[in-house]
Amino acid sequence: MSHEVVQPRAYVLNAIALAVLMGLTVAVAFVDLHDFFHVALPLNAIVAMTIAITKAILIILIFMDVRHNTRLTWIFVAGGFFWLLILLLLILPDFISRDWVRRAEPWPQPIPVVTIDHPVAPGATHDSPH
Amino acid sequence: MWTFLAQEIMFFGGLFATYLVYRMKYSDAWAAGSYELSLWWGGFNTVVLLASSVTMAMSVWSVRTDRQKHLLVYLFLTLALGLTFLGVKVIEYSDKWNHGLVPGSYFNWHGNPLFPGAAENNVELFFCLYFIMTGMHALHMIVGAGLLIWLIGLALARRFNSENYLKVEITGLYWHFVDIVWVFLFPLLYLINRAV
Repeated sequence: MSHEVVQPRAYVLNAIALAVLMGLTVAVAFVDLHDFFHVALPLNAIVAMTIAITKAILIILIFMDVRHNTRLTWIFVAGGFFWLLILLLLILPDFISRDWVRRAEPWPQPIPVVTIDHPVAPGATHDSPH
Repeated sequence: MWTFLAQEIMFFGGLFATYLVYRMKYSDAWAAGSYELSLWWGGFNTVVLLASSVTMAMSVWSVRTDRQKHLLVYLFLTLALGLTFLGVKVIEYSDKWNHGLVPGSYFNWHGNPLFPGAAENNVELFFCLYFIMTGMHALHMIVGAGLLIWLIGLALARRFNSENYLKVEITGLYWHFVDIVWVFLFPLLYLINRAV
């Protein structure tokens, strides 16, 4: 927990910044960025998520006061979001490649068992002792 | 509380991962579903939650500077804003029900010429995720509101001061986390392909 009290000014400024970013998100959502940048990327989604991540960082650092917290707290916060990053980044190759690989073939038919007729001594039966 | 919040990241992370996979697979249906959501209510709710984060932070400041009256005012304001958020969610959900957009036997999406590639099944899937994600978020808000009521009770009994304020600060952490989840939910659900 922090030792010095954060002044309300910081909270008000943070709120204004967050409100501006929110307005920006909504405004950009109405513009198809592919009209300006011709790349094969979901630009609107990328911009929206970048702004959302910025807002989250501002909330974490200032409202949750993590900027004054110990390194241990930083590790917890970073660890949580790092976990999320791993989840999202690794689930993508899984699902994107689902249709790439040919479906597994069924089990092959069992190989027919070949019996070998051993020659038997005269008088003995064919019954194997085993 | 941070350990709990890390667990919450895992909880919501699973939902976000599901969303991500299906959004990539059925992008037209996702855009069509997002189109049906009311941007006004969503935007209003975002502003409400943002304001409630400010009042929550201010209540932590109040308790750390021994301002008992300010503490009560800010806690009440935070609770009021949280309940406003929940009220708007009730309005939105009943709106969805009236338009036949709740998944189940009464789901009926009439199609949208702006999104020709959207199939009704996939739009229903979008709404499944919409209700689950915002529903889970609203449940967290209800728990947060309960925590605030508990804090208000304690604050009325003058149990908090600049030496003893941890409960307020920890509830603040929880409340800000719920705000962060909404910060991600809003663009992901309400702002898909609004440029049509």
